[in-house]
Amino acid sequence: MKARVTVTLKNGVLDPQGKAIEGALRSLGIAGIAGVRQGKFFEVEVEAADRAEAEATVKAACDRLLANTVVENYRVEIA
Amino acid sequence: MKAAVIVFPGSNRDGDVVRALRQAGAEVSRVWHAETALPAGTDLAVLPGGFSYGDYLRCGAIAGRANAMDAVRAHAARGGLVLGICNGFQILCESGLLPGVLMRNVNRRFICHRQLLRVERTDTAFTRAYGERQVIDVCVAHGEGNYYADPETLARIEGEGLVAFRYCDAAGTLTEDANRNGSVNSIAGIYSQTRTVLGLMPHPENFVEDLVGGTDGRGLFESLARAA
Repeated sequence: MKARVTVTLKNGVLDPQGKAIEGALRSLGIAGIAGVRQGKFFEVEVEAADRAEAEATVKAACDRLLANTVVENYRVEIA
Repeated sequence: MKAAVIVFPGSNRDGDVVRALRQAGAEVSRVWHAETALPAGTDLAVLPGGFSYGDYLRCGAIAGRANAMDAVRAHAARGGLVLGICNGFQILCESGLLPGVLMRNVNRRFICHRQLLRVERTDTAFTRAYGERQVIDVCVAHGEGNYYADPETLARIEGEGLVAFRYCDAAGTLTEDANRNGSVNSIAGIYSQTRTVLGLMPHPENFVEDLVGGTDGRGLFESLARAA
């Protein structure tokens, strides 16, 4: 089974990289961009009997390593 | 004082911290990250600076889950001393031994320069050799040293007096200019609740010889050497 994990910074946490990208887009002349927040995306191959088990495995992976929940949120989708 | 310096793949300041500890009179051994125990009689575990695991995923994230870190956690739980410098501070935050997180510097640049710090308290095993509110001259070299903790955690850190060092100017004043990485409350280093674990971004081990620019870092290692 495939899982897709998206890790994003929590609201209110400063994102200097997102700000730099936003500035770069502006300097490229791409209009209409109000803000950029940078995150991370993981594709995880899971061995599990069913979706619930796969989701539990990937959530454990997020809590223990993939995300730092002090400043990051994560979202898991099982494909 | 028996110190164990943990070496991870990508640690590169272990040699300097070993030297600074020996200069202060400590007996030092190196411990590879895959080890599951610290040498018998270890008083102090040290996580040196560097780029463990190439800073992959997040700085200190993978090292924070290494075998040796279970041994460091057990050592800390017994009241043993732990010191994390730069990447070592990031590892302490990632491993849950210290609260908060080190984010990308607010100016988005790797900063590498001399840095003044204010010693916030001198009643700990790490700072006894310094004077009250002494301003010390050391170095910083990092891209992710912007200390952040949520408001509730920050209030607890401040309320319990767990800030070890703050970025300051020559008069000891906390200015925006002195706080180049953008850390909350100009925090350069913090203690655990028991003040037996210290993490700091600056490098006291850089300044233990006049030959290389200064000796203000010695106080930290001399304090530790006296502690056990």
